[in-house]
Amino acid sequence: MTETTLYDRFERVIDTDPKLVVAVLAVIYLAYIASGVAFGYSLRGQLNSLANLTFYIGVFGMLALALNLHWGYTGLFNIGIVGFMGIGVYVTAILAKPPVAQGGAAQVGGFGLPLGIAVIGGVFMAAFFGLLVGLPALRLRADYLAIVTIAFSEIVRFTMMSRTFQEFTVPDTVLGYDLAADTVGLGGGGGLILNYASPLEALLHALYLWEPYLGFVSFVQANLIANNPRPVVDGVVYGLLLLAVCGLYYWLLTWTGESPFGRVLKAIREDEDVANALGKDTNRFKLKSFVLGCALMGFGGILWYAGRGSITPPSFRPNITFFVWIALIIGGAGSNTGSFLGGAVFAALLYEGPRYIKNLIEVAFNLGDGPGNFGQAMAALGSLDPVPFVLYTLNSISELRLVIMGVVLIWLMHNRPEGMLGHRKETAASIDLSRPGGAKSDAAAADGGDQQ
Amino acid sequence: MSEADESAGEPSIPIEDTDEMSTVPLEVENLRKTFGGITAVDDVSFEVEKGSLTGLIGPNGAGKSTTFNLITGMHDPDSGTVRFNGEEITGLAPHEIANRGLARTFQIARELEEMTVLENMMLAPKGQIGETLWRSVTPGVRSDVQRQETQHLERVWEVLDFFEIDHLAEEYAGNLSGGQRKLLEMARALLTDPDMLLLDEPFAGVNPSLEKRLLEHVHELREQGYTFLIVEHDMDLIMENCERVIVMHQGRVLKDGTPAEVKQSEEVIEAYLGGEV
Repeated sequence: MTETTLYDRFERVIDTDPKLVVAVLAVIYLAYIASGVAFGYSLRGQLNSLANLTFYIGVFGMLALALNLHWGYTGLFNIGIVGFMGIGVYVTAILAKPPVAQGGAAQVGGFGLPLGIAVIGGVFMAAFFGLLVGLPALRLRADYLAIVTIAFSEIVRFTMMSRTFQEFTVPDTVLGYDLAADTVGLGGGGGLILNYASPLEALLHALYLWEPYLGFVSFVQANLIANNPRPVVDGVVYGLLLLAVCGLYYWLLTWTGESPFGRVLKAIREDEDVANALGKDTNRFKLKSFVLGCALMGFGGILWYAGRGSITPPSFRPNITFFVWIALIIGGAGSNTGSFLGGAVFAALLYEGPRYIKNLIEVAFNLGDGPGNFGQAMAALGSLDPVPFVLYTLNSISELRLVIMGVVLIWLMHNRPEGMLGHRKETAASIDLSRPGGAKSDAAAADGGDQQ
Repeated sequence: MSEADESAGEPSIPIEDTDEMSTVPLEVENLRKTFGGITAVDDVSFEVEKGSLTGLIGPNGAGKSTTFNLITGMHDPDSGTVRFNGEEITGLAPHEIANRGLARTFQIARELEEMTVLENMMLAPKGQIGETLWRSVTPGVRSDVQRQETQHLERVWEVLDFFEIDHLAEEYAGNLSGGQRKLLEMARALLTDPDMLLLDEPFAGVNPSLEKRLLEHVHELREQGYTFLIVEHDMDLIMENCERVIVMHQGRVLKDGTPAEVKQSEEVIEAYLGGEV
């Protein structure tokens, strides 16, 4: 029972959600910084890896929160997350990309709209496709939704790759409007080059913070990183921005959950017929929940990919969907705080962790190239030389990551299926539900029950 | 448990006055439903009078639950009509029927297990403005939602007190005993402000003392003006408590009358009791 007492002690110190989040993040960051220092990382490398870590904590936190609305609250088994992410970012890209001059490097152009509008368009389209998928599928039994969503996400990916949609010309005028775009398209297997201003830059411009930001970058250049500090600072600031968006998601979804609306969602998760018998139009509620979640997933996809140089269809394979599911399972479905923490822990330990360790070891010990295949690695191990085997392991770290995830998942299912915080009572009401005006005497309550 | 005397200060749940309610809230006419080749409900007609406690009995497979499901919209009838408070409700969705004031409970108590008793109860009231998503998440408007929730909460506690399950308020519904679940279900149905309650085997699996309490609640509510239609297996219970009994057999209404009339009916004795009496 020592485990319980330890856990109790932990719970007594960290008694509020903000404290818990800060504590978990602090442990993660301290571990990263400490191991970076131990292996002699440069400041630049250190900041880069932390920015990277923050980025993945942010995106997985967001997506896990959005999935929690579907699965944790409403019991909707959506395994097509990546499809909605893809729609969000592709629509954003097409709307924001500048129109091309014929024969330019970026063959496929876009509508040249401001990035802000393009992002809204992307989120809107993700929601719209959520509606399209949800209208027929949500009327069916739960498992059919799973089949429909994963099929949908693959349809999205194959559409991205298809030659038919690779490129098409846009009429000069549509309904009297002169559109800037000439040729647009999904770019086929080669994807789209995102030749527009970076989202961070666009946002800072919109907030009139671009000049102060450049000033801050030169400050960093003068004092911390002499050589080309922009990418490092960009990464750190973008990561912090993502955490702020996570905060917004958290706030939105907590208010959604702690409301009469959220209560109906919970009731649908438990027993839809009962919700119906109590006068709730469950199809409407399911559809609203599904569409909202899809919009949030679309926005998550945009924030993940829209800042990159290019996007290609292989980034939108179903494995991303399952990563988000693992994050939610770790954190605990049903709890928003748990969802975010699950996203953070997944990003730090399972997604980025192995890669980070690999980088650290490679920087610390110059080990040279590893063996080309498993046979060579084993042969060297036979002659008591472990180095090729270690190198081979390190080089295969991204495949091994999946093995580690599988092991963690099995362990969780066995030992803690409810995740970190899935066991908690998070009351679905906008107010405290205890008896107004204080409790009745307990003596009356004690004999009131007919226990058996 | 010692059966506590009903104290004078017992909270009551007054029925909301609906103007011009007909004296026959529920009328079922020529209802028919087949599943494949089996006719589950065959030309069933009956009426339930306002403020009455009507029992619907019959052997297994008589079509009682199917009739219930047809009335409450869980199944669509092949033919026939259901009228509630003078309006036709045949084929409406369950939530629409519930919103018109016809509440039901289920044969096997279906509480929402991983929700607390309070959450279960707070779910029920009709016309919750916070069920519209934007209202619940818009700063400023949310305070209206909270105000309405506070009003509902007061009534929830009243009903919890009435059914004497207030000490279980914070408990997960899944942790309740079978009888407590039945109480919760009836309490929850009451919170939808129904004119009429359809109870599907409310006493099945309930111990005698709790059964007595449930019956007291039913009678008390009936005196306050609620109308009840109860499906029940237990012949004696129905005969003792209902003023009218409808007997179903093989999808048809076999007999419709007072307990005394039903008891003396040769058909009923033959069909229902298998000639044992």
